[in-house]
Amino acid sequence: MATQVTVKILRYDPEKDKKAHFETYTVEADPLDRILDVLNSIKWYQDGSLTYRRSCAHGVCGSDAMRINGRNRLACKVLVRDVGGDAGKKIQIEPMLGFRILRDLVVDMDPFFEKYKSIKPYLINYEDAPASSERYQSAEDREIFDETTKCILCGACSGSCPPYWAGPDFVGPAAIVNAHRFIFDSRDQGAAERLSILGEGEGVFRCRTVYNCTDACPRNIPVTKAIEQIRRAMLYNR
Amino acid sequence: MSTETKTTQHTHPDPVARTTRRWTRSGGRPRPTGNFELFSWYFFRISGILLLFFALIHLLIMHLLNNVDVIDYNFIVQRWASPLWRTFDIMLLVLALTHGLNGARVLIYDYVHSRGWRTFAVTTLYVVGILFIVLGAQVILTFQPQIQSVAK
Repeated sequence: MATQVTVKILRYDPEKDKKAHFETYTVEADPLDRILDVLNSIKWYQDGSLTYRRSCAHGVCGSDAMRINGRNRLACKVLVRDVGGDAGKKIQIEPMLGFRILRDLVVDMDPFFEKYKSIKPYLINYEDAPASSERYQSAEDREIFDETTKCILCGACSGSCPPYWAGPDFVGPAAIVNAHRFIFDSRDQGAAERLSILGEGEGVFRCRTVYNCTDACPRNIPVTKAIEQIRRAMLYNR
Repeated sequence: MSTETKTTQHTHPDPVARTTRRWTRSGGRPRPTGNFELFSWYFFRISGILLLFFALIHLLIMHLLNNVDVIDYNFIVQRWASPLWRTFDIMLLVLALTHGLNGARVLIYDYVHSRGWRTFAVTTLYVVGILFIVLGAQVILTFQPQIQSVAK
């Protein structure tokens, strides 16, 4: 049962516009359509210049994180029904805050990935792996960092974080989550290195426990809890 | 020819150098602060819990149990006759000031990005903070009753 949905999108074309501005579109959509379908409908049938990132469209690749009605969400995981679009409410879509807008809903993710790399997001183990088998890890040890393995690097957490908006140098929740994934991995030996990186002025102590990241994460990672666990590890393992 | 120059821009000769290239705008990793940020964060939690009790007891005594018109010089003389209340007040003073200053310091680091202004703001904050702690502590520690019980 298709209804008319009003969508307000923040548009910015670096070649034409000096400042970003809102444009309103009316789209025919089903309450069970995703916000991504609504954007596709606008791009394909109304305004081909509308630019946004999307790839898998099923909440796995993390490329379509954006600000929907003021909250960072994946456009492919939010239904029109979820934001009241079918009940006549206007849906507002903006690029994520805390990033430079390249065009429309596309933001510059480079600083985000530089920060991600700075925490050494790979297994560090100075011993050779056993020749005959893999590095053994018990189910209990795997469980410790299970939640932080789910990150898809969409940037929804960092883009919702007030200290990340305020301080362009703050490493941000996404990088901390990925540091957590290795710090608490029993097979990894780089915990001390990562804790020392995150203990610096722009590391975990820039977190103000706002909990926006936990709300924004499309994979339901308890981000604030992970940050707190890292701080405790620093306190107890000095 | 122009396309060739464009493609070389995207491939960095050394992938490792690219990995560790930039975190802050100034380039490189931020200046190490030792364990200061860790202790500042931990102190925040501890002083916050302590202040909850100190401030509530202070509020209870000075505003709920005793009305404002009862609190005069004589009241203070009697209260500060006991070293317990002097200790209590100096703890409250130091904890409230350091906890508040730490919060203000954190705000400065969040929002003041220019190095010069940041140094200026933090220096001012420390100077004012230390001044208030010294002034307050001096009163609490060296107070001697000048007039013996006016009310009598």
